[in-house]
Amino acid sequence: MEIITGLIQGFAVALEPANLFWCFAGVLLGTAVGVMPGLGPPATIAMLLPLTFSMNPASAMIMLAGIYYGAKYGGSTTSILLNVPGESASVVTCLDGYQMARKGRAGAALGIAAIASFIAGTVGVLGLMLVAPPLAKFALAFSSPEYFALMTFGLAMVVLLAGRSLAKALLAMLLGLWIAGMGMDPFSSISRFTFGRMELLSGIDFVVVAIGVFALGEVFCNMEKREAADMVPVPKGLRNLLPTMQDMKDCRFAFANGSIVGFLLGVLPGGGSTIASFISYGLEKAVSSRRELFGTGVIEGVAAPEGANNAETGGALVPLLTLGIPGSGTTAILLVALVMWGFKPGPLFIADNPALFWGLVASMYIGNVMLLILNLPLVPLFAQLLRLPLYVLHPLILGVSLVGVYSVSGSSFELALLAVFGLLGYLMRKLDYPSAPLILGLVLGGGLERALRQSLMMSEGSLDILVQRPISAFMLSLAVLVLATPLIGRLNAWRVRAVEQDEG
Amino acid sequence: MQDKPRNSADLWSGLAFAALGAYITAEAWQWEYLGPEGPGPGFLPLWYGIAMLALSLGLVAANVMREREPRAPGVAWGEVGRALGVWLALVACIALFRLLGFVISFGLLCFFIVAVMYRRRFALAALVALAGSAGFYVLFPFALGVALPAGVFGF
Repeated sequence: MEIITGLIQGFAVALEPANLFWCFAGVLLGTAVGVMPGLGPPATIAMLLPLTFSMNPASAMIMLAGIYYGAKYGGSTTSILLNVPGESASVVTCLDGYQMARKGRAGAALGIAAIASFIAGTVGVLGLMLVAPPLAKFALAFSSPEYFALMTFGLAMVVLLAGRSLAKALLAMLLGLWIAGMGMDPFSSISRFTFGRMELLSGIDFVVVAIGVFALGEVFCNMEKREAADMVPVPKGLRNLLPTMQDMKDCRFAFANGSIVGFLLGVLPGGGSTIASFISYGLEKAVSSRRELFGTGVIEGVAAPEGANNAETGGALVPLLTLGIPGSGTTAILLVALVMWGFKPGPLFIADNPALFWGLVASMYIGNVMLLILNLPLVPLFAQLLRLPLYVLHPLILGVSLVGVYSVSGSSFELALLAVFGLLGYLMRKLDYPSAPLILGLVLGGGLERALRQSLMMSEGSLDILVQRPISAFMLSLAVLVLATPLIGRLNAWRVRAVEQDEG
Repeated sequence: MQDKPRNSADLWSGLAFAALGAYITAEAWQWEYLGPEGPGPGFLPLWYGIAMLALSLGLVAANVMREREPRAPGVAWGEVGRALGVWLALVACIALFRLLGFVISFGLLCFFIVAVMYRRRFALAALVALAGSAGFYVLFPFALGVALPAGVFGF
């Protein structure tokens, strides 16, 4: 009953004309971003975040979430048409999607990708709606030790699945913790790591780091090769986008598989849509009666991973909104967005902000319908985006990044910091250091330190408090197990395979 | 890059992290670790500083102990140079904001990227620069009311 009342309230919010407009703008922009290789949702959301500060928070959240899940719809287009994944989550779609296109079935592949995304995306939102409220109620019992343990577990999961080298992922996370610790210590008012600069007393703005590492780092990397400026040929004649009845029948299990696997992996920190899509594809292949044909253009090989990467969105919002724990770089940016608008994601978020939570849930149902309508007839139009020359796109990204940072602070110092973090983002990519642990460390660093210090205050300095309370002991044990995984040969081989798939 | 034991990216990045870890540890050492009311400002930094130092030294040691492979692929300095060229252009653009303002500085950055980095015709570069600057000026200060850095010319 509570859910139905909430959903009615949510639709009242989401169906307001302004929110409908921002939902449409978000999914449209998300699809465009998903189509274009080299520009991902974290970079786009980070760049646009400063521009949303003057917006109504519900509208802004609806738009940013639209970019997040819209990009996953768009990512399949280039995978199927060009064998170039627009998003890392669409890497596996290349296997059968591109083969279908080569056999003249590009339309059916694009159509089934949109339909699977719609079905699984909707199931993911349904899961969010059903799981988030009870989880939030359960988390009301959490205190500082549980939060510390939960954040440690979240960081451990992200570190585990972020890069081939666990040492590098840990170093990136520690770098994030260090940046988070800059400025005035909230407990003692001692300034830490400020290098004598007044500007650093209030710490480094997350927006500067996120835009620098994600957006600028990506641009510098993409600009290494001049030949990338050439336009990519787009196949013509993308008609007959509706799959046949036989196609739909063949994909029945794939829809269910993608929906469930995607949602469950989304809830798990560090899981991510790429790993969800690979596991879903593997499962589909394992149970298929024609598994030997996978990789030659089987339609279930498109439906399962595309479904999984869309269902993951609903799952990823569960820990973000109910526990305040993001599981990826993109959700970390969404967490910061909520905090900047004055909200506190956590167990009380749904109870304190029902209009925002249910409005977001309802907007995701609406957004999924919009995406289905947009993606079926407008795929040829989106494919034309690939004709946008990179010598126009790259200055555009640099300009929006500069304006975004300046609009937050109005300070030249922060623009200089942006350049520094842009260089850091580029070097991290070049040197194979994953950026997600850095961003997670930065976002969770303040909360982690606060929870640890409050826990130790409660216990008068004894670390026993962290292992005497059952939930925190369980979470910390899980975190230790997660970080010990690379020591076990077979498990490490699985981890490295998952990471390599994530990197495409 | 991971196959090269010495002078490799892992080695140098490991050393850089080790230096940072040592700096964090040394700084945190000066702050209160544990006070009467609980952990002080040096508590967590000391631990992540030590962890950073230990991990980075482990990374360096693992590299040094690995055997040298003479045919391992080296760094493509040309590509790195292009990326760093754009980065330097961005730094110059930011530095010029105070003098020339956003509109002119960003136009120059666009021109540089199109004409020099992508080697397109000067006319095309000028067109992109002009359209980019004008587009940003119309969209942000006029349409959205977002201020852009102004120079001596007032815009």
